[in-house]
Amino acid sequence: MKNKFSLFIIVIFFSFCFVIFYKGLNIPNNYTPKVEKKKNIPIFKAKDFDSNNYINSDKIFEDNIFYIVNIWASWCVPCRTEHPLLMQLSKNQSIKLIGLNYRDNFNNAKKFIDEFGNPYSRILIDKEGILGVEFGAYGVPETFLIDKNKYIIKKFVGPINQEIVNEIKLIIK
Amino acid sequence: MKILKVFIVLFFVISFSELKSDEVNDILKHKILKNIRCLICQGQSVYDSESEFASSIKLIVDRKINEGLKEDSIYEFLREKYGDWIVYDPQLNKNTYILWLLPLLLFLLGGAIMKKKLKFRN
Repeated sequence: MKNKFSLFIIVIFFSFCFVIFYKGLNIPNNYTPKVEKKKNIPIFKAKDFDSNNYINSDKIFEDNIFYIVNIWASWCVPCRTEHPLLMQLSKNQSIKLIGLNYRDNFNNAKKFIDEFGNPYSRILIDKEGILGVEFGAYGVPETFLIDKNKYIIKKFVGPINQEIVNEIKLIIK
Repeated sequence: MKILKVFIVLFFVISFSELKSDEVNDILKHKILKNIRCLICQGQSVYDSESEFASSIKLIVDRKINEGLKEDSIYEFLREKYGDWIVYDPQLNKNTYILWLLPLLLFLLGGAIMKKKLKFRN
């Protein structure tokens, strides 16, 4: 009876370990921070790409519409693949795109915009990557959707695709 | 002459104390950076990493220390941006309670089994 009980405990223990490790196999190793709850947009001051003047965040997000903050850089290859989709989104009247030029060279960034077009209503310079951290980003490209109440409601890590564009369009409808 | 001597002593005292405060800030900065996980190269701390993300975090931590923020407030700021995963020392909350309580439970269970065995032998 005692042996049977011990065997039962061992089987339960190994089954538990098996389930834990088997589930672990399907979980990606890389951690991606998620937007689990609505977050307020950070309060910051940033340099404007065109005028080179400093501007406060409340001036940047002053309209009562949806905003997209897209972190990009001329050296970032995936940014090139998502750029046509950003151009497509920029045609939508109910949303404004703000570009965060991340750790980039000004001339290279300007060439990038001249070559691929400018989907942004405003571009901010983030020379040291500090603005990116304020938004909770850790790389490029990253895209944040901000609602009319100035909450970050969605975060997309990596280049956006048509599916994400459709999702954004559905939200801002 | 006496006044000059006092000024010289004061000058050295002030310079020394400034150096001291810089050193203290550096020690605190290194301590914090070693406790923050680099999200790009996830096996490394921000202190060890040379990634773009790590260098931005190093700058932010430096600024926050200079602004007078305490160590816990800096961790809290980073937690708010990136979640609990960013720090190596997770807080006790609904996601981490198993992590914190399991060793204690195993310890108590082990103790109970040992006590029972010893009682049985006696």
